Amino acid sequence: MSVNFEHEVKKIIATQMQAPIDSLSAATRLEDIGVDSIDVLEIVFNIEQKFGIEIPLDAQIDITKTFETIGSVAVAVKTASLTAR
Amino acid sequence: MKMQRVVITGLGVVTPAGSTLDEFWSALVNARTGIGVLESIPIARLKTRIAAQVKAFDSSQHFDAKSAAQLDRSSQFAIVAARAAIEDSSIELSDDRNPRVATVLGTGSGGQTTLDEAYQKFYAENVSRVHPLTIPKMMISAAASQVSMDLHLHGPTLSVSSACASGTHAIGYAFQLIRMGQAQIALAGGTEAALTPGSIKAWEALPILASDMCRPFSKDRTGLVLGEGAGILVLEARDHAIKRSAKIYAEITGFGMSADAADLMSPDIKGASSAMIEALRDAKLAPEDITYINAHGTGTKINDRVETTAVRNVFRSHADKIMISSNKGVLGHGLGCAGALEAVSTVLTIQTQIVPPTANYREADPECNLDVVPNIARQAKVQAAISNSFAFGGLNAVLAFVRAV
Repeated sequence: MSVNFEHEVKKIIATQMQAPIDSLSAATRLEDIGVDSIDVLEIVFNIEQKFGIEIPLDAQIDITKTFETIGSVAVAVKTASLTAR
Repeated sequence: MKMQRVVITGLGVVTPAGSTLDEFWSALVNARTGIGVLESIPIARLKTRIAAQVKAFDSSQHFDAKSAAQLDRSSQFAIVAARAAIEDSSIELSDDRNPRVATVLGTGSGGQTTLDEAYQKFYAENVSRVHPLTIPKMMISAAASQVSMDLHLHGPTLSVSSACASGTHAIGYAFQLIRMGQAQIALAGGTEAALTPGSIKAWEALPILASDMCRPFSKDRTGLVLGEGAGILVLEARDHAIKRSAKIYAEITGFGMSADAADLMSPDIKGASSAMIEALRDAKLAPEDITYINAHGTGTKINDRVETTAVRNVFRSHADKIMISSNKGVLGHGLGCAGALEAVSTVLTIQTQIVPPTANYREADPECNLDVVPNIARQAKVQAAISNSFAFGGLNAVLAFVRAV
């Protein structure tokens, strides 16, 4: 089964940010669409639920650097999913 | 230092008997109970079948989906009541900063819905992670924070927790803040939304829940009925209120507190008496000045008996001239919000000069032999009144209100 990680991540972020999904791309910077600390927590949580994975997230990680763009979130999800299998 | 006089200029409620002031007051005056069949939660493993739930509450009418997800039900109640209280007061808040406005909210148990859901997932469903906002949604101070954020209130802000006296303690503390000049306006009251399966199960472990109905002071009473909701009052320095020609419901003039320092569960006559005496002393009122008492009146065998005796101790021969009624037959026991809703009721009693009755009353009890205003409201001259809250753990709080002059 091939999963379009980028599309699924976009859907989750669009829902959280109440933004039209077409307005988002891999290059969209999270900061530019107003993602705040709480949004990050909810987005990561929803991604984890959706894919059954665990994205490492602790105080040592600078979230805004790790997930600067939607594309970088999608890569992290893909990596975590492959590791999980 | 000049002590500020403090008045009530706005009221907001979310209750099982209606969530506009008119609905709320009409239910109390007409003894129309908000207690009904327990709905919307799994009840298979509960014995409880009745509660005073806020059934009509529709979160989406007040919050977009994203905000709602960040708010426990108890915080949602608090915000809705706070917005209504501010609107009622006609205070024009700044959209940006309101440094002289305090927020003091009572709650017995904070975000119980959030906690219950998280524990259900962790213990029963074995999930590895719970919702990331579980802590900020469930913390006892969440509602106070959320109200301050929603209305941009930057003054002293905190939550007060003293079980079933929380709302009364919160209003009393806010009264002191304004009186001492530490704030000009305060949103004060209480909120509670603890009608979750886990929380109700814990209540069932105590032998105090009523089987059929809450009947304060009635000889056939069998206990309390759990409730929920929020009540918020706008307290304001009297000078400030007069300057802006505000509608003034009543003046708050006294706050008395005490601890039984005795039994964890059973109320104590001396503790209850002493809180009433302190409230009268603080308000510079004589016992004979009081015409009405809004009772704690839970409907348990022991509370109503002890409260009756305490009132007799404090008011002596004047006790038989006092009207005393409980709101809990209509509202159930709202725990942390109970004292706040009862303060709203007391303020409306003074403003309208109508005493709401003790609902669901059936049979006189020689051990509760005050004038409990059974079932039928009364028109009466109420110049000064007190509102009692006597909580588990022996924490007592009493507020005194007088007609605005």
